[in-house]
Amino acid sequence: MTLLKGRTFIVLIVLVIFFSFASKSFLSATTLTMVAKHVALYGILALGMTFVIITGGIDLSVGSVVGLTGMLAGGLIQEGLTIGGKTIYFSVPLIILFMMIFGCLIGLINGLIVTKLNVAPFIATLGTMYICRGFANLRSGGTTFSSIAGYEGLGNTGFKMLGSVIAGIPTGVYVFAVLAVIGAILLKKVPFGWYVLAVGGNEKSARLSGIKADKIKILVYIISGFCAAWVGMINTAQLSAAHPASGDGWEMNAIAATVLGGTSMAGGSGTIIGTIVGAFVIGVINDGMTMCGVSEFWQKVIRGCVIILAVVIDQTQRNLQAKMALQARNENK
Amino acid sequence: MFDDPNVVLHCEKIDKIYPGTKALDQVSFDLLKGKVNVLIGENGAGKSTLMKMIAGIEQPSAGKMYMDGEEVFFKDTNAARAKGIGIIHQELSLFPNMTVYQNIFIGHEKKNGFFLNDREHRKGSDVILKRLEHEIAADTMVGDLRVGQQQMVEIARNLIQDDLRVLIMDEPTSSLSAAEVKVLFKIMRELLEQGISIVYISHRLEEIMEIGDHVTVLRDGKYVADADIKDIELSWIVKNMVGKNTQYHRFERTIDLDHAEKVLEMKDICLPKQGGGYLLDHVNMYLKKGEVLGIYGLLGAGRSELFECLMGMHPEHTGEVIFEGKPIKISSISSQISKGFALVPEDRQRQGLIQTLDICKNASIASMSKFRKGPFLNKKAEESAVDDEIRDIHIKVADKNLPILSLSGGNQQKVVIAKGLLTNPTVFLMDEPSRGIDIGAKTEVFEIIHEFSERGLSIIVISSELKEIMAIADRIYVLSNGKCTAELSGDEITEDGLVRASYAGLGTGASAEA
Repeated sequence: MTLLKGRTFIVLIVLVIFFSFASKSFLSATTLTMVAKHVALYGILALGMTFVIITGGIDLSVGSVVGLTGMLAGGLIQEGLTIGGKTIYFSVPLIILFMMIFGCLIGLINGLIVTKLNVAPFIATLGTMYICRGFANLRSGGTTFSSIAGYEGLGNTGFKMLGSVIAGIPTGVYVFAVLAVIGAILLKKVPFGWYVLAVGGNEKSARLSGIKADKIKILVYIISGFCAAWVGMINTAQLSAAHPASGDGWEMNAIAATVLGGTSMAGGSGTIIGTIVGAFVIGVINDGMTMCGVSEFWQKVIRGCVIILAVVIDQTQRNLQAKMALQARNENK
Repeated sequence: MFDDPNVVLHCEKIDKIYPGTKALDQVSFDLLKGKVNVLIGENGAGKSTLMKMIAGIEQPSAGKMYMDGEEVFFKDTNAARAKGIGIIHQELSLFPNMTVYQNIFIGHEKKNGFFLNDREHRKGSDVILKRLEHEIAADTMVGDLRVGQQQMVEIARNLIQDDLRVLIMDEPTSSLSAAEVKVLFKIMRELLEQGISIVYISHRLEEIMEIGDHVTVLRDGKYVADADIKDIELSWIVKNMVGKNTQYHRFERTIDLDHAEKVLEMKDICLPKQGGGYLLDHVNMYLKKGEVLGIYGLLGAGRSELFECLMGMHPEHTGEVIFEGKPIKISSISSQISKGFALVPEDRQRQGLIQTLDICKNASIASMSKFRKGPFLNKKAEESAVDDEIRDIHIKVADKNLPILSLSGGNQQKVVIAKGLLTNPTVFLMDEPSRGIDIGAKTEVFEIIHEFSERGLSIIVISSELKEIMAIADRIYVLSNGKCTAELSGDEITEDGLVRASYAGLGTGASAEA
């Protein structure tokens, strides 16, 4: 029912119907698999972004973290880690673990800059965005790691699993589903979720209620970094190569998906289910337009219009509801 | 070290130093067990600061606190809460974006293992709100509630603590209706019976006499006196608060109002209410030149709405407004200001000031167009005009380029008044000009009103305080439920008459609580 309350869900349905008429191959298994692959990537980023935006922050670094974790993972597989003349190759599960930790670390840095150094989230994550992108290029000197299949003899094969399809569904979608469920539990079912809402709704009150606001803020950036690391790995596996420019501009897709999903940029409100719908809208517009042969340039124009329109519709709806609630209250008196 | 079974918490020579000011100076305070401990003092006397120490929100610069004979130190609110100390803040500290039950239980969540037990939360919320006689659905968003209801939620938050020993209430009644205050007092008495000790801060002296057991007076961060309420009278409190015995004295008028011309006349003003009925119901009024006109009424009687109509905030109102002999059409706020209307709004922080601007800009912002040299701002003209105004109404400022929030509430209010006066108004509208400022500043505001009316400015003042409005107004209209129910002047103005008229519009169907 929450879905039906969100106008974005209706936008999604309209888009799907429109594209299925506009392009005959849109509803085919191949296309849907492709859409799902992309939705998973934006969606996972948007999950982390949702937590950050609910607290009133923003994380612009996620796109660059995607690029950097991709490069680090690709590099570890292709070249291993050379310390003191000795080269070590890690197994894939270890590499995944390292990347998860690395993503959290970037998040921790973002969080510390925002809370302890008191830098506005926009600026702090803008800085780490450039830094991470720079390191992604520095890792390889700007070239691509293209042997990410691993070597049988070194025992580091299997990374491409993350980019493959299991039982007809891309692996990324499973990861998205698992992370979404965890995200929903975090936001709705444990005290942490209340604290996130509270910090975004009224930070001063949150502190007065004994909530460690700084800790909560640091944690949401860690969640965002964690999600970005997963996207970096999945994307690299899907492309079978790690490229330093990967994920460029994806933070905007993630923000768009989050906002389309009803999360307020002012902080204090947002849902995981909304963000999932938002990610689908972004994915469907992007791939749908490509399928229809819309030029890349027009795609951007149309995407921008849809984002604004969807949010305007959503707000109008909410204002209307608020007015009706007020009226009902007056009549009850 | 310190052990007295009748004292639940003892503060010993507490100092609190903020950069530039000493908010508390060697204050000792006994919090009596099972009693309503009233703290009283003017704004800035240090009441809230002392309570912040006890609730662990801030820490003393020097001095000690004892509970149960042991020294305690609260490094944060959690530490104070662990000792059973809860606080209801002066400003609501709720989360408008969260539900009623989330607000009540945040920080004290009930869990099944790792997970929130929302069923328990909803049940608990229903039980506690029923006890407060406010059955608000647990899933309602707090932002959708009336302020009075929000205050009840704030109170409920503290009551769910099982181990509550001390409850600090910092001006809990400022946004409650009379009926809600009654419920609050009932709850307070229940809490006392359970052995909970209460600290009660309020500016409403009548309330203190009704509910209080023991009163402690602070002035300028220092302890002044304390006494049992049963042994004292109101005048004792006032005398200790202000240090001198002030009573509002009626100002003598030198202007002959009988022969003054009417500067403003309102005929049949109506403002429809959303969802039927009227906020203003065929109101007729006039204002003479140099007159101080009072408007009295209960909360929600339509007083502020009347001002809002005159200032152009409700272009949808009907009726005729005659200004200086000519009928005018009220279309926008800026056109009303240029015609000569100025408003001192009710909510100083939200409507009166721009917190991010300095004192000078706050005063001049409404009359910027006057301080121009071609397209540029004439800084010199602006500053000298502001300086004149600061001198004229005696605003105490060290430097007019300081942040507005560096001023005390009373001086902030005077800046808002200066802003209005700088527009050179013919009609000056003041909505609760003495709200939230101390008695000293109140008297000064009244003097400003008197002085400017003597100079020929026509002023309309809204006030909820009987004594105030009786002291300053030449003539009083009473509004009740959107209707004008009385017009009193001279000797006709009595407390009894005003109060009766303020209820007169509440006929059948309308509740007194609205």
